[in-house]
Amino acid sequence: MNPAESNQVCDSKIDASCRVPLLVLFNGAALALVLGLLFSLIASLTFHNPEITAHCPFMTYGHTIAAANDLLVFGFAIPAALGVILWIFARLSQAELALPIVPFVAAHLWHLGVLVGTIGIFTGNSSGHQWLEYPRAAAALLGAAFVLIAISAFATFGLRKERELYPSHWFLLAALLVFPWIYSTAQLFVITNHPVRGVAQSVIGWWFANNLIFVWLALVGLGVAFYFLPKISNRPLHSRFYALFAFWTLILFGTWLGIPAGAPVPAWLPAVSQFAALLLIIPIITVIMIKVKSGGGVAGECGKYSYRFIDFGLGTFILSGWLAVAHAFPKVNVVTELTWFGAAQANLLIIGCATSILIGAIYYIVPRMMGNELPWKKFVGPELGLFILGVAVLVVTLVVAGVEQGKNTFDPAVAKKWLQISSVGYLLLLPTAFSLLVNLLVMTLKWKLGLVKTVIATVTAPLPNTEVKS
Amino acid sequence: MQLGSAKQTVTLVAGDTWPQQRTGEATLGAQVYRANGCVACHTTQIRQDGIVCDVVITKPGKNPSAVSNLLATLKLSGLSKEQADEVAGKFTEAGASSETHIAASGPDIKAGWGVRRSVAADFLYDTPAQLGNLRVGPDLANIGARSVASLLMQRLYAPQSIVKGGAMPSYKFLFEVRKIGSVPSAEALNLPKEFAPADGYEVVPKPEAKQLVAYLLSLRADVPLYEAPFTPVAKP
Repeated sequence: MNPAESNQVCDSKIDASCRVPLLVLFNGAALALVLGLLFSLIASLTFHNPEITAHCPFMTYGHTIAAANDLLVFGFAIPAALGVILWIFARLSQAELALPIVPFVAAHLWHLGVLVGTIGIFTGNSSGHQWLEYPRAAAALLGAAFVLIAISAFATFGLRKERELYPSHWFLLAALLVFPWIYSTAQLFVITNHPVRGVAQSVIGWWFANNLIFVWLALVGLGVAFYFLPKISNRPLHSRFYALFAFWTLILFGTWLGIPAGAPVPAWLPAVSQFAALLLIIPIITVIMIKVKSGGGVAGECGKYSYRFIDFGLGTFILSGWLAVAHAFPKVNVVTELTWFGAAQANLLIIGCATSILIGAIYYIVPRMMGNELPWKKFVGPELGLFILGVAVLVVTLVVAGVEQGKNTFDPAVAKKWLQISSVGYLLLLPTAFSLLVNLLVMTLKWKLGLVKTVIATVTAPLPNTEVKS
Repeated sequence: MQLGSAKQTVTLVAGDTWPQQRTGEATLGAQVYRANGCVACHTTQIRQDGIVCDVVITKPGKNPSAVSNLLATLKLSGLSKEQADEVAGKFTEAGASSETHIAASGPDIKAGWGVRRSVAADFLYDTPAQLGNLRVGPDLANIGARSVASLLMQRLYAPQSIVKGGAMPSYKFLFEVRKIGSVPSAEALNLPKEFAPADGYEVVPKPEAKQLVAYLLSLRADVPLYEAPFTPVAKP
């Protein structure tokens, strides 16, 4: 089944049904992306001048970097992914979005959760576990909002006319189920009043971090890419079987990763983690085969840049997979563990893979949803170039910093010059994020003005002759 | 589930219980450490890739010539456990008594960050357990054993005065700069000239700084345990 063929039912009506909740999700996400990159930049300025934020108790490096990372994942990637999932489900079901009021309310809850969480981090109420920093109130809001949006997605899924599932369905349905599972597990075991003891907290934290950053983002990224790439290039996905195989092997092996090799825990935990990381070769090779065999189609003018953003995201996913496999070898991880290598890997997945794919998808969806061109359409091409360059600078400098640091008996000072260059990476990424925000805001504003004009026109319109007579 | 039900254990040589609860001030300090996000840059886990054994003669016995022969021919330091046992066996045959000293090895140990690997038991009472994932700065698992309060205070207030060009920002907001009263405070920091406040002023730690330093001093991984044995070296 090629999604491009099933356009007979009125697509514009389906797109219009997604408009209100998706705008809320995307606008908040775009704002979080800008803020996240801005805070990342501020944090990395510490390596140029450590005293830059020292006068401010709120802006310690530990606060800024944690808030930045969480804004990129919880602020941008997850709500943007949820919006894209809702739209893909509506299109694949050939039905209008079910219960649109639910995701509309839930999107506001989600953004409120991110706001509360970010303020929590800056005021020193972080939980102290990476990716779980948000205080409990924020986590409760996020959990509730996610479940509500997932309900709408499932309801839309239930309306589908064709019973057979498209490969994207598996990935995205799994993503909808995985997040509530891992987030509630991590919260209940680690962030409660009676958390598990000692290193068990860290083990759960590492498990959660891997399942969020590697598995969840990969599920979303692959699901979205497998929908859009064939659609834009007019070439069917090759093949259904490969996609299913990649899906199951990713779920089977990917979920075990994340326990560092030298961690002070019983040795079987890191051993299992490393072995699973080695087995990741299987889904990675499968994804490469899908990319090679489905690629090469001609992207029409309308979705050209979306295609390139998504294609680049798929490429970075494959690269990050190879880094994870390399990290499984003891000779490599004895050097790279606890260094900037891990940060490079996370950045590759969050910015290189997920953000790139989601920006591509948003740029495809929004003009159709709003029935309007992007206001800054001519900048999308240069932005893509800057974005790719930014990801490359960021990841290469952090990998080199990590290896240098690891080789020099963990002398942290050797990484410094590379970290200073990595600031340039964030600078290069910012225009793309800023332009995404402006595009979305201008379109929202135009649409709202249009609504107001329609209302005014309706109110001030002269009454029809028939009514005047009576 | 074994990890979840872990209990206090016993140290090897002295037989004390391990780990011990932190003092009240250090427990508060752990929350200062968490709240300021120190974990973003500092790990508290030392890794180890093996052990190195040295054989030390304690009593020469009644056959000194045989022992000195052995001493001249055998390698006594940098041995594996098996080699050390073999060497010790030869000395026993020659009538001498010997001890095998165990030392941990690995890049972290070489960097001077600790004397043995961190083990699960070290973190038994930590909530949140702040193991960390990235070393922007040095590892702190054993900072209590290798630093003193005054140095840690100075590091928090003016890190550049200790490591010039280091990446650590100062945590000035944990300190108060105030006019010296009738008597200078006993807690005032002793700073090098370029970092010191104006004449007539002194820098004193706020309660948070004192708690944080108490916590840092409570971070020690310097006793031998069953799962991480080593021979404590008496400090000169």
